[in-house]
Amino acid sequence: MAKPRLAVVKMTGCAGCQMELLRIEEKLLDAVGAIDIAYFYMATSGNRPGPYDVALVEGSVSTPRELKELKELRERTKLLIAFGDCACSGCIPSIVNWVPPQESARVYERFLEIHSKKESFQRVYPLSAHVRVDLELRGCPPHRDAILEALKGALLGIRPFLREHPVCVECKLKENACLLVCEGRPCMGPVTAAGCGAACPSNGRVCEGCYGPMSDANASSLAEIFARRCGLSKEDLIGKFRKYAGLTPAFSKEAGGAL
Amino acid sequence: MSRVKEIRIDYVARVEGQAEVLVKAAGGRVEEAKFAVFEPPRFFEALMVGRKCGEAHELASRICGICHVPHQITALEAVEDGLGIEVDDGTRALRKLLNYANHISSHALSVYFLSVPDYFGKADIISMASERPDLVRNAVKLKKVGDDITERFGGKAVHPISLVVNGFTRIPTEADLEWAKEELLRVKGFAMETVDFVASLEVPSFERRCEHVALSQPDQYAINEGRLVSTEGLDIAPSEYRDYIEETHTDYSWTKRSTVKGRDSFLVGPLARVNLNFDKLSDDAREAAKRNGFKPPVFNPFMAVLARAIELVNAIDDCASIIEDLRLDRGPVAEDSFEVRAGNGFAITEAPRGALYHNYAFDSKGIIQRADVVTPTAHNSRNIERDLEALVPEIRDLPLEEATLRCEMLVRAYDPCISCSVHLVEVG
Repeated sequence: MAKPRLAVVKMTGCAGCQMELLRIEEKLLDAVGAIDIAYFYMATSGNRPGPYDVALVEGSVSTPRELKELKELRERTKLLIAFGDCACSGCIPSIVNWVPPQESARVYERFLEIHSKKESFQRVYPLSAHVRVDLELRGCPPHRDAILEALKGALLGIRPFLREHPVCVECKLKENACLLVCEGRPCMGPVTAAGCGAACPSNGRVCEGCYGPMSDANASSLAEIFARRCGLSKEDLIGKFRKYAGLTPAFSKEAGGAL
Repeated sequence: MSRVKEIRIDYVARVEGQAEVLVKAAGGRVEEAKFAVFEPPRFFEALMVGRKCGEAHELASRICGICHVPHQITALEAVEDGLGIEVDDGTRALRKLLNYANHISSHALSVYFLSVPDYFGKADIISMASERPDLVRNAVKLKKVGDDITERFGGKAVHPISLVVNGFTRIPTEADLEWAKEELLRVKGFAMETVDFVASLEVPSFERRCEHVALSQPDQYAINEGRLVSTEGLDIAPSEYRDYIEETHTDYSWTKRSTVKGRDSFLVGPLARVNLNFDKLSDDAREAAKRNGFKPPVFNPFMAVLARAIELVNAIDDCASIIEDLRLDRGPVAEDSFEVRAGNGFAITEAPRGALYHNYAFDSKGIIQRADVVTPTAHNSRNIERDLEALVPEIRDLPLEEATLRCEMLVRAYDPCISCSVHLVEVG
């Protein structure tokens, strides 16, 4: 049987998800035994046009060129995976969606001239805004174990086990004292999907929500607790929710309203 | 024999991000040489305005998934400069250790994954696994040590979390430090081998004298602190950066081009650092360099790959001595344990790819009013074009395919980090 063909594609993002993918290291060579890496621009100059069995797409869509590329990729790909927060929800670059375009254009003196040749939406869009996405691998970046889990699922043709419960579950398993309850610090753990192993609370800082909303997240209730218990202002609250996943339905109200 | 008239690379492979190269020549002269970045801009300076200065480093980290650590450290130093905070020696040492860990991981990736396959006529390192398992082992072991130290000390390998304004949210234990030292010494031999191996490659002979720019400190190999100096006499503090370095816009690239005011483009990165700080390298790194005929200053940009290998040895040695001397007498701090006031702060560090500049101005509530970031690849972008202008006439008699590959190898020797390089200028 032919090995499944994998494409690793980068759109608007930082390449951190691809770096985490490369962290499967020792297992990388095993993976190469089972998978045919058909497209991976950062790692090889031997790239093939497809079709692909699996595509890991890092980054969000922010240009017409990317939108076209994504739509073509969808046509040629069986299982399209949104790889990381930018692809799933826009991540930190999505903060720019609340910045008026005339403001962001000021980053370039000759914005219109460049723009005439290399157009930018001055907005980032999650992949799912434009194409069907088969699986979302969240996190900034997704943990390598989750990446392996997704690849194994793809190879076996089964749905991978990805965590939808809150960070709090992992935090309790680590036996951390609760930063919100015990110290009154504004931790996003109660509304954020697990998968990181409660990395931030285990290192003495509050969760910032980088895995995006858990299933059935009650963001407004947590925002109320942040205001009442931790003394966060309205601006502080918007800043908290408008960071990694402000574009998601679960966080958009607290992030200052849907766009 | 073909006389090369046009070299076009639509999407340069084995570099981070999306860029194209276009060189047009006629009558033995280069008419235009473009390193054009089509990586989309993310307008970081615009999105950082209105955010808290205490999260500048967390946001800036997302500029780059490879050199996230130096982005964090530069942002922290700039914000602390603006707040008037002087961090303790232990924090500074730990930050240096983490930046070095990032250099180790990034250099291992650049040397083995991105540059070496060209010298074997291969598309990637994976297809070299059966022929040269030793190279794959070196690549993986070295990169893993850098990543693992970042994960254990920083809480995450990519976009770590324990670095905050005024310190660390978690202080490493004695066991962490012991472990790190052992891991580093375990791969030292691989780093030494890397220097000898890279020196044995047939590097294209090409030389172009240009200004080399790097941080420098009198008593140590400068990574996180120091003055910005050059082979042409530049010697400035981070706060003077904008008085001496100028950026211009082009209409064909989302990356801007840097020049030293009144002079020309310049080169930053491992070659500039090794050239300018050769006497600060660790003994073993300097010896390995000398043994392999590296005599500073070297003005062949392809030799940046060897400089990276030399820096691998230096980083490992320096990390080991940092751990040896480390005094961690201060406990962890929370992410917001500092007094806010209005300020305007500057910092320059050395990311794996070269000098990285951050500047933030914030109001009395600590809300960012202006952000200005210039990355190593933005610094190098004009210099890459100047090198292409000089290189192409020398290789015009090569078959087109070979000449094209030579241009790609040049770009890869710079190890450009293209996501980093776009969208970065003052807003506010």
